[in-house]
This record gives sequence, structure tokens and C-alpha cells, in this order.
Amino acid sequence: MIVYILCFVLFLVGLYGIITRRNLIKIAISLSIMEFSIFLILVLIGYIENGLAPIVDTEISGQLYVDPLPQAMVLTAIVIGLATTAMLMAIAIRLYRKYKTFDIREIKNLRG
Amino acid sequence: MELTISIILGFMIIGAIYALHAKDLLSAVIAMGIVGYGLVICFLLLKAPDLAIVQIVVETITLVIMVAVVLDSTRKELEIIFDRRALLNRIASFLIFAGLFYFFLIAIESLDPLGEHTLRMAEPYVNGAVEHTGSINLVTGVLFDFRAYDTLGEAVILYTAALGVLTLLRMKGEK
Amino acid sequence: MSMEGMSTIVKKVTQLMAGLIFMYGFYIILHGHLTPGGGFAGGAIIAGAFILLILAFGSSALKLKNEVGGSSNTESLAILVVVILALLALMFGTKIFFFNYLPKGEAGELLSAGVIPLYNIFIGIEVAGAILTIFLALIIFKEESSK
Repeated sequence: MIVYILCFVLFLVGLYGIITRRNLIKIAISLSIMEFSIFLILVLIGYIENGLAPIVDTEISGQLYVDPLPQAMVLTAIVIGLATTAMLMAIAIRLYRKYKTFDIREIKNLRG
Repeated sequence: MELTISIILGFMIIGAIYALHAKDLLSAVIAMGIVGYGLVICFLLLKAPDLAIVQIVVETITLVIMVAVVLDSTRKELEIIFDRRALLNRIASFLIFAGLFYFFLIAIESLDPLGEHTLRMAEPYVNGAVEHTGSINLVTGVLFDFRAYDTLGEAVILYTAALGVLTLLRMKGEK
Repeated sequence: MSMEGMSTIVKKVTQLMAGLIFMYGFYIILHGHLTPGGGFAGGAIIAGAFILLILAFGSSALKLKNEVGGSSNTESLAILVVVILALLALMFGTKIFFFNYLPKGEAGELLSAGVIPLYNIFIGIEVAGAILTIFLALIIFKEESSK
């Protein structure tokens, strides 16, 4: 059970970064850290002791395999995380060209 | 197994805390690499080779993109302002964290201990996979036959992100 | 990231390695139903081979505007073929979208598992095209805005 609590602590570290940091790059890094913690907790739930990796060996029957369903969901989620980070980086470089800073408080104050 | 993953998670937490407090943006991006590559080791220990391949390549590509963006602009982190708004942010965040932690402890009481998972939902996927789909890789069979809509949705999201980046970074019409 | 490329040693080693990485990515896509991997992993590896070429030779040695048109068209065509393959299942098979209708050989061979290898190949091409388009858009923007 201590593993689940440590995963949640990693999630809280990412959440703290999103709430308190002013730099846009650090907000992107914190979002990525939150996503990584969720991937780990999903794969941890599906782990079976003495189970093999989910590639079926057709000669042996009655073998125990690790749960493939959380692994398929996390595979989808990793690629979606890449798409989100790429969009955030494109927005960040566009904002830097216009306002010459990454500070989100300054970007809110300047108008046009 | 629990002890090994707990030690690796400890390193990941230390790397994440450093990434938030680094004074140089390039150091923060490299410290994010600690979390990403530590996740690869955890996936290999948890018998998920598919995920390890995807995570290692995607993490490398993400690091290259972020370093490209950081080196092209400023590298200096902004100074810390200790005004009333920042203090209010921190106090509110700690209160929220205490509440979330309490609810999380209630939620994980119904989980099985690590390693004693009973295949409730994936029972038909594992037993009938080889005759129904014909592929001996169970994760590919689940992704492309039983859950093919999710794969189509993911392909469309990646396609939309590529088009979105292409639209955002156009330089025509700007003088 | 500079406009000119890196030193000669890096360029020669990249010329040797990029072909091998491309072939390795294609192997992972093709054996997606037999070994770990599949469409997404192989597509990302193929994109990595192209990114390595761009980083080693610099952005001034390539005409990047033509490249982004080519990669964007490739990814659009690949996802169109995926949707057409899924719609074809409505005609054959039992009127279910995404039904696995091609004959399944015996398990463990390369030509087995029905329509899954075709899905793997085209989704791999689509993922490679998308990641390459994202990277090229960033480099073209950096080059044009610093002129």
C-alpha cells in the first residue's frame, strides 16, 4: 500500500507546481509529472505476482498473465500526453515571441 | 517488488521537487527526464515491455522539443515574489492537499494488495484472445480488436495536435 | 539549435545509423502481433530516425518547407486509409464497425491475425508523420522568426 501513497505524493508535487509557479515552462513540466504518476498507478493495479508479460505462449496452457487492459489504456494515454505537451510548447513559444517573457502574470496584464 | 518500486519512486519524487525549484530552466527540463526515465524502469519491472518502448521514445522526443524551446528563449527563472497572493496560494494548496490525502486513504482501502489482482474485467480478453483475434500479443489484440474505438480516437487526437501546431506556428501575414 | 549542422564525424555516423533505425522501427511495426511493440512504438521510432537526420545536418542543408508539406500529406493519407479499412468491415463481416474480417492463419505466423497487421502499418505511418510535422513546424518557426 505504501507504493500507492508514494504515487499520490508524486501527483501532489505536480499539482503544487501548477498552482504556485509563475513560469509557463514549469507549468508544462508539472502537468507532465502529474500524468506520469497516473500512468504508474494504473499499471500497478494490474500487476499479478508470478505472472508473465502478456505475450501468449501457445504450448503451455493455464499460465498466468499480467492484466493487459490497464496496459492498453496507458499506451493510449502516453501518446495523448505527447500531443498535449507539444501543443503547450507551441503556445509557449508563440507567447514568448509576442511578450518577451514567460511570466503568466505579465501576460495577463498586457493587453494587445 | 514493492521495495524496489518504492525506492525508484523516491528518486522520482526528489527529481520532481528539484525540477520545480530549479533556478535555471534547462536544469528543470533535464530533471523532468529523471521522472520519465525512472518510469521506464518501473514499467520493465512490472512486466510491461510495450509501454517501456513507447515511453522511452516519447520521453526522448518530448525532451528534445522542450530543450529546443528553452534554448531559443530565456533560460533564467523569474525571481520569487513573496506578496500576499503567493502566500495565499501556498496556504490554500496545503489545505487542499490535506483534504485530498484523506479521501485518497479512504479510497485505497478497497484495493487488493500489490500483486494479488483478480482479473475481473479482462477475463474474456485473456482467455478467448488467441482464437478470437489471432494475435499472440494480448495488448495489441485488446487495442486493435476489442477496443478499436479508443485507438481510432487516439490517432485522431494526434492528428489534430499536429494540425494545431502547424496552424499556431504560421508566419504568413505578420510583418 | 543552430542553422548549420554538426561536425563531420557526427554526419557520417548519422548517415550510417539512420537507415538501421528506420529498419528497426519497421520491424517493430510489422511484428506487432507477435512481439511487444505495435503501431505506436514503431511509428515513434521511425520519427526518431528522421529527427536524428535533421538535427545532425542542420536546417540550412534541407529545404524544410517542402518537407513539411510531404509529412503532413503522408499522415493525412494514412489516417484516411485506417478509416476506410474500418468501414470496409461494414460490407464484409457481420455489420460491425472494426470487425476483424480477413482470414486468421495459425497463431504465431507473420501472416496471421486478420486485419491487425494492416492497422499496425498504417497507424505507424500516421504516428511518424504527426511527430515529424510537429518537429518541423517548430524548426521552421524558429528559423523564420530569427531572420
